[in-house]
Amino acid sequence: MADLGTQGAAVQIRFRDDDLVDHAVVSMEDFAEQSNANAVRIEPGEDARALIPHLDQIALVEVNFPVFGDGRGYSAARILREAGFAGELRAVGDVLVDQLAIMRRCGFDAFAPDTPLDAADVETALATWPYDYQAAADDAVPIWNLRHG
Amino acid sequence: MYQYDKYDQAMVDARVAEFREQAQRRLDGKLTEDQFKPLRLMNGLYLQLHAYMLRVAVPYGTLSSAQMHALADIATKYDRGYGHFTTRQNIQYNWIKLEDAADILADLAKVEMHAIQTSGNCIRNISSDHFAGASADELVDPRPYAELLRQWSSFHPEFMYLPRKFKIAVISSDTDRAAMRLHDIGINIVKNDAGEIGAAFYVGGGMGRTPMIAPLIREFVPLDQLVTYSEACLRVYNRYGRRDNKYKARIKILVHELGAEEYARQVEEEFAHLLDQGIEPPLAELERIKPYFADPAFEAGLPTQADESDPDFITWAHNNTNPHKAPGYTSAVISLKPVGGIPGDATAEQMHLMAQLAKEYSFDECRVMHTQNIVLPHVKIADLPALWRKLADAGLAAPNLDTIEDIIACPGLDYCSLANARSIPVSQQISERFAARGRTHELGQLKLKISGCINACGHHHAGHIGILGVDKKGTENYQLLLGGSEAEDVSLAKITGPGFDEPGIVDAVETVTDLYIAERQDGERFLDTYRRIGMAPFKEALYG
Repeated sequence: MADLGTQGAAVQIRFRDDDLVDHAVVSMEDFAEQSNANAVRIEPGEDARALIPHLDQIALVEVNFPVFGDGRGYSAARILREAGFAGELRAVGDVLVDQLAIMRRCGFDAFAPDTPLDAADVETALATWPYDYQAAADDAVPIWNLRHG
Repeated sequence: MYQYDKYDQAMVDARVAEFREQAQRRLDGKLTEDQFKPLRLMNGLYLQLHAYMLRVAVPYGTLSSAQMHALADIATKYDRGYGHFTTRQNIQYNWIKLEDAADILADLAKVEMHAIQTSGNCIRNISSDHFAGASADELVDPRPYAELLRQWSSFHPEFMYLPRKFKIAVISSDTDRAAMRLHDIGINIVKNDAGEIGAAFYVGGGMGRTPMIAPLIREFVPLDQLVTYSEACLRVYNRYGRRDNKYKARIKILVHELGAEEYARQVEEEFAHLLDQGIEPPLAELERIKPYFADPAFEAGLPTQADESDPDFITWAHNNTNPHKAPGYTSAVISLKPVGGIPGDATAEQMHLMAQLAKEYSFDECRVMHTQNIVLPHVKIADLPALWRKLADAGLAAPNLDTIEDIIACPGLDYCSLANARSIPVSQQISERFAARGRTHELGQLKLKISGCINACGHHHAGHIGILGVDKKGTENYQLLLGGSEAEDVSLAKITGPGFDEPGIVDAVETVTDLYIAERQDGERFLDTYRRIGMAPFKEALYG
């Protein structure tokens, strides 16, 4: 069974205090047949909801962005967070600085970009938005709730 | 009209700063053009044939006079002294320099405007009925609902990289003036049997190369579930919309391939799930928004007739006004379709004048129509003659609303890098031909729409008469279509047969209108006659 996972060293940005998962990351297909895996990778087009019955045993979900313009991973991430997944949600692949803020909002808390990001640009990107209009998978209070207490 | 509070302003200001920084990274070579492209597109900046084009959002088409003045100033300062009003109720500038773009966005932010999500594969600026809040036939003003959805869709983190662009229109009338069912989502604010206000959702309409009329997906969404239901519609699309082929990526293809019933079922499932997530705004937010769209202080006891001593004025007043809900008022349309002109273009001077007239005669407000004209929504009938004289002095009093001269045309090959053929010259020749022969008013309501390529920005599928420019072995060729409508009697136009060259298409339009005049029965519009007698007689006249 192939370990698809990014090596721990490839995780450039992480918003978690727990240790990196050092288990093999398996595909969704392998996960379905492998009862003891605790790290899995979702490709675009795969159904994140298939993992929901197994979230208790999963410590890491990698969501792959083969090209940054394929936005299915944003829905996958939110769906997992909405289902109560509290493990690491790692965006891997064509992860660019300009998508970091919205990825954070969708519940990603670790990033392993194919091309490492400039640290200063990351800081700027994550500090761009003073508020958020709508609810998502983070704990931001939407503007309309701020307006109405 | 809606006014920003500190939150709205902070978000728009943040966007300007973000874009300035992104443009700088592009100039520094830190971003490739491929990486920069979706970022500039989400700020409305396209690379066209000759220069950058900037598309500025006009939410639900509503502008204050200060905003219209600012748009005019931008035309003078950064463009060549004019702007182009679009079928999405927006404005585009065709001659923009990349290095000026961030400054323009900063100028816009000063008058509570922006270019956010006017392009890219995200939820675009939300359009609405241009007579909203004024028309005698509406149930409620649809714009508060459009504003709520504007906030929801702005920078929505899950839906910035959809399979394809996504357009929403909101109306609240049985009369459809916004091509509602030709949008990805069309919303009609309706009243149910219990007398409650809610939203009917039509999903999966669109024009482009595969035109579709949106089916009704849900008859009634309660107002306190509006955002949640919208989110469910979008999530199903984001997850399952096709991404293998750009031309099959719009939601209309998903709805068509799944079938409306199955799509609706999946949305219901997602909706049930999302209702538990608590993402709906408090109803108080809608109540906060509504007063911004409250009626202005209409005067009572006004005359309901204007001085009709000038026959030219009578023609204009009869053609270019729409009945108003308040006695003594009317909505006056400023035609941006002078005979032989470029549909939707206005000079900076004309924009300044329209802004001034909006202030003087229409409670400081004007609207952009999807037919590329401007409305002064609340004009006293008694003021019409004075208004008309000022418009006429500025070349803005063409009395041709909804006539064959009121042509919708895309920019075409004169500007657009996607176009196969020019649209503007064809439009100019048709309006000149019919005006010269004095046929325009005899033909009555006749909506003619021209697109310069299959992407259908000129709405040719929805024209009573549609024209589609194609490339035929390196030569511009024009197909003729008949029988489309974007209104409540929505239908898709059908191609008559082989296309025509440029002079030939103008002749062909005359041929089909001649047949209409010969065949029409009392009160029939061109469209009605076509629907009654069918395509065959028109084909015979054209090719027989």
